[in-house]
Amino acid sequence: VCIHRVRSCSSIRVIKSKYVCVFDKSALKFSHQQRLFRTSAVSCGQIVQFKLSDIGEGITEVTVKEWYIKEGDSVSQFDSICEVQSDKASVTITSRYDGVIRKLHYSIDDIAFVGKPLVDIEIDASKGVASEEDVVETPPMSHEEHTHQEIKGHKTLATPAVRRLAMENNIKLSEVVGTGKDNRILKEDILNYLAKQTGAILPPSPKAEIVPPLPKSETVPAAPKDRARKIPVPVSRPIVFSGKDKTEPVTGFQKAMVKTMSAALKIPHLGYCDEIDLTQLVQLREELKPLAEIRGVKLSFMPFFIKAASLGLLQYPILNASLDENCQNVTYKASHNIGVAMDTEQGLIVPNVKNVQVCSVFDIASELNRLQSLGSAGQLGTSDLTGGTFTLSNIGTIGGTYAKPVILPPEVAIGALGKIQVVPRFNGKGEVFKAQIMNVGWAADHRIIDGATMARFSNLWKSYVENPASMLLDLK
Amino acid sequence: MVLQPSLKNCLRLSCVLRTPKAGFRSTASGPLIIQSVSNDVYQNLAVEDWIHEHMDLEKRQVLFLWRNSPAVVIGRHQNPWQECNLRLLRQKNIKLARRRSGGGTVYHDLGNINLTFFTTRKKYERMENLKLVVKALKALRPQLDIHVTDRYDILLDRHYKISGTAAKLGGTSAYHHCTLLCNADKFALSSVLKSPYKGLKSNATPSVPASVKNLFEEDPSLTSEMLLDAIAKEYATQHQIDHHITLINPADETLLPGINNKTKELQTWEWVYGKTPKFSVSTCLNMAYKDAVLDVKVNMDVKHGRIEVCTIDLPEQWLPPALYSELVKSLTGSKFCPNETTTLATTLLRVCPQDDELHSRWNLLCENMIMLM
Repeated sequence: VCIHRVRSCSSIRVIKSKYVCVFDKSALKFSHQQRLFRTSAVSCGQIVQFKLSDIGEGITEVTVKEWYIKEGDSVSQFDSICEVQSDKASVTITSRYDGVIRKLHYSIDDIAFVGKPLVDIEIDASKGVASEEDVVETPPMSHEEHTHQEIKGHKTLATPAVRRLAMENNIKLSEVVGTGKDNRILKEDILNYLAKQTGAILPPSPKAEIVPPLPKSETVPAAPKDRARKIPVPVSRPIVFSGKDKTEPVTGFQKAMVKTMSAALKIPHLGYCDEIDLTQLVQLREELKPLAEIRGVKLSFMPFFIKAASLGLLQYPILNASLDENCQNVTYKASHNIGVAMDTEQGLIVPNVKNVQVCSVFDIASELNRLQSLGSAGQLGTSDLTGGTFTLSNIGTIGGTYAKPVILPPEVAIGALGKIQVVPRFNGKGEVFKAQIMNVGWAADHRIIDGATMARFSNLWKSYVENPASMLLDLK
Repeated sequence: MVLQPSLKNCLRLSCVLRTPKAGFRSTASGPLIIQSVSNDVYQNLAVEDWIHEHMDLEKRQVLFLWRNSPAVVIGRHQNPWQECNLRLLRQKNIKLARRRSGGGTVYHDLGNINLTFFTTRKKYERMENLKLVVKALKALRPQLDIHVTDRYDILLDRHYKISGTAAKLGGTSAYHHCTLLCNADKFALSSVLKSPYKGLKSNATPSVPASVKNLFEEDPSLTSEMLLDAIAKEYATQHQIDHHITLINPADETLLPGINNKTKELQTWEWVYGKTPKFSVSTCLNMAYKDAVLDVKVNMDVKHGRIEVCTIDLPEQWLPPALYSELVKSLTGSKFCPNETTTLATTLLRVCPQDDELHSRWNLLCENMIMLM
């Protein structure tokens, strides 16, 4: 049995992929690589039993722990076939051959024996043939770069890459004049042959191995005057993109999101946006930040936004309500459990700060710190993630000026905060000053909340946030 | 040229690095002793992968010395739920890593040193390596009663395990690594390596528990640094090279091209948890609800770390059937992971009827399920 070794470089890989033994249905199931194969009948290779080689240290048996391939898969030399374990040693068994896996001799957790067959591999003895009659047979792979072959009684010397180029352009190697050593056919010879056929001068392409087959209309012998002109015609090289689509089932958390968002879609959303001047709040936060840090808490803008929202909800409790399934009853929730949208590895999660109506800004900040660190560690509990009555989404920390949030059932309202930008504005005296502006986008359930209510809530919230001192008047 | 064994998609890397001096600035050939400047278990494991894949060990063998900040390292074919207390790990911020070699679970911290002996597959010899370690220790402290067992453990005073071994063999290269307990936190070790999860049935490689002792307890003058140095010295002597340790930074992409990808891969959920061999969970939840205790039988099949099949034996109508089937449907295919289940369950709650009783039952059930993970 002649074992054929491969020089693993990308060009030869592509050759191999084109010629595949179409033996039976199982050969069509290829998991890893894209396969383009000819469908005409082909002679098949022989089956070789790949035996489990010596592990060393006198070990005679191992346990099969994982298969990296399955029956029907194509493998190349040095591809990983399976993982076996023996006495604290994990061994990766790699393939010695190129071919197609025909049989796995063991299942997971079976004991495999050194020296006994592990898998059966069908080696490609000869490559598949093109659909034309005049065959350009690509040779079996060998260490030598150049291969000898007999076609129609002639010995035609050409590298596998050159053969492929010829085959792709429907060229019979026997008709090409070789200019290399021993009349070897070189790539330039193929290109020259093509040029003569089409009357075009193909630019030399040192990197690209593939020259696309020219469309049939151009293979009509060109008129003599074209040859005389010799105007270079740009060759359109196809951009080879070897990525492929990947389909995954929607599972777990994503599935739950699908359900939630489908339910959210049923809610008629009322949208309302406004521009908020945070200049005063920015200053206030700068002053309070060090005080909070002394107490071990990081103070962002959110605690102020959350507290202001709660004060607003005291005046407009319909925004902190819930509508039942049949739209028969509205439940006004007593607690203001304000959810804060958080972006984690998993996706969007919304933990909430409980009872904001009785919390100070500092309490809220401290609770937010706790939720944020649990969130990033993936350790939020069920109580943190349930019971929300109203949500704020600070998407501005990631970016964006305006956002149209989606209400999270069973809530009836949500606000999305854009990023803070420094822009010029006019003050009361008509002077231009630097303002810290942020946009807010509200959404509410239009079945029970009307535009006026939303607008008034927004105005109230805006007044608290733009003039933080005014919150003092209404703090409970 | 000899082609290094590599996975299909890594060919382009190995084509570039098929030089004997792959990546390392040292131009001398012959055996090499290197030490990691990092205490990150993933980075250090990635260095092992890198050397295994990219270095030509024909010309030079390598001894790699490393230590990690607190971490639990499970073997290639092990089940982390079976081996350790994952809840405790998460609480204490102890990392969980899966190495590529076989064997059992170990606890690492800075009081434990790791030694990796890289050779070609032909020169793979675990006993020799361990004898080298024993020789080095005895040279340092002749009074130590240490010897190597036929299970490739090193025992102190004939009884206490101070070193465990594991190995990885590839196409042409191999490595044997072992631990050495100098001054590790034995309390943390025993508490994290005790699994609280009941009802697990699995063919994963089980760990063999052993009594352990720190060398420090035997001789308080010993430090990890001294032990590392002694072993390096013995290695240098046996391989006839200078007693010189090259420091390497596992984050250095120019020295070790592709190392950061390897580090990332070792941290993915798919590797750490997803590579767990198929297992099943068959247990009974004892849920205290109002004045009664409900016994709820749960059966789950977990493959690639994801729930393949899930059945929960609830009393009839305890949860509305539609809701129950929704829960089971959502759990199927999702990760066997408390965080995933929590977010899944709480998100689903949004589309349930808004009923306090229903919500409390739902939360109770979900919290109990989460305790299994």
